[in-house]
Amino acid sequence: MPKGTDLLQLNKLACVKGERLLFSGLSCEIPSGSLVRVTGANGAGKTSLLRMIAGLSEPAAGEIVWKSQNTRLSRSEFLQDILYLGHASAIKDELLPAENLMANCTIQGEAFSAPEVHAVLEELGMGERLDVESLSLSAGQRRRIALARVWLTHRPLWLLDEPFNALDVKSVEQLCLQISYHVGEGGICLYTTHQPVDIVSNRQLTIPLDAFCQPAKAQSDPSVLNGLIL
Amino acid sequence: MSPAIQNQSSSFAMAIALLRRDLLLVYRRRSDSVTVLVFFSIVVSLFPLGVGADPTMLRLIGGGVVWVAALLSAMLSLPRLFSSDFADGTLEQLVLSPQPLALTVGIKCLAHWLATGIPLALMAPLLGLQFGLDSDALWVLSLGVLMGTPILSLIGAVGTALTLGLRGGNLLVALLVLPLNIPVLILGAGAVDAAQSGLGAGAHLSLLGALLIMTLIGAPFAAASALRISLD
Repeated sequence: MPKGTDLLQLNKLACVKGERLLFSGLSCEIPSGSLVRVTGANGAGKTSLLRMIAGLSEPAAGEIVWKSQNTRLSRSEFLQDILYLGHASAIKDELLPAENLMANCTIQGEAFSAPEVHAVLEELGMGERLDVESLSLSAGQRRRIALARVWLTHRPLWLLDEPFNALDVKSVEQLCLQISYHVGEGGICLYTTHQPVDIVSNRQLTIPLDAFCQPAKAQSDPSVLNGLIL
Repeated sequence: MSPAIQNQSSSFAMAIALLRRDLLLVYRRRSDSVTVLVFFSIVVSLFPLGVGADPTMLRLIGGGVVWVAALLSAMLSLPRLFSSDFADGTLEQLVLSPQPLALTVGIKCLAHWLATGIPLALMAPLLGLQFGLDSDALWVLSLGVLMGTPILSLIGAVGTALTLGLRGGNLLVALLVLPLNIPVLILGAGAVDAAQSGLGAGAHLSLLGALLIMTLIGAPFAAASALRISLD
């Protein structure tokens, strides 16, 4: 289980998509046990920020520091500490739910036995659909299979992009409980959502991306934009 | 167990799991693989209909025809290498896997070769029979396709990785990759010619093997970088 001493630092991050500056000068410190909601309008760069932290895309400026090491430099150690779930569920139509879940876990270097995987899927209400190919599952059911990793993993830093999309009320409640359990145990969870959700946590932070969208200031700061035009 | 050994064994387990998953997907979508083989046999069978049934001429062009058709069939199956993983988000998870991305790419190419290259190599001598190739030439043809198709998969991986997410990407892959496959075609078809004329195919096959080793060393890293760029 995650210990309580991890620290994620974002130092003056900037994100450029195409020729548009989404945000710049984003700095914050996220200690263990934090629940961080990334907010912003559509297109503000919420997904871009999570992808950047996961290392799927390069920041235009700034650095991401995890356990006092730049994640660029200690990439393989960092990858063993994060759980990233994006918009796409990474569910293959041709595989059974349990096969999908096990494959997704093993790809990430976390091996679980079949009974463990089945138990989690049953807890998430997938018990009756365990023997059908994922092709015939609904969007919410696919989402639940993808999110089941959250119940299995031992990784401290969760990056969840719109995890509540397509979920029914009961699944949303289950996920909220699991997230608050995770941060209660000293984990960190960054998430984005447009739904009003109620997650219990002692340390709730918000990263309002709209506040870091300062076109005029960024344009006059060449170190951030490096010649790219808005 | 020291951490290094532990890392190695877990990396190995991940590689095996990924290979198993890819082969399971191939098995569940086996109609795709059959399509490639049907395409292969149809293209080869078109040539005698087009150029006439003169046995001497057919024997002369047989090796080349089967090779060109094998090349096109391998191209046909390339989009499956990464595009479905890209579309459903699996590719993001693969890039975030703690094991080296080049190894992941290599495993995916291996699965692709097992699913397309080996069937093509098994089928090539049967189609060669249509052109009256003798048994030596048929062996060389099959061996050549067996050694050449992994090169096609690996070079194809670089091409598909570069064009992921682009509109008209599939056509672009063909334009990018076909010219790079010319050496494979020359050596493979040349080997069959040499075997038929009694010169021995050793030289051609050795060069093909050398090409395979070079591609095996370079292509996974190139494709891994291309994937990172495509996902950025």
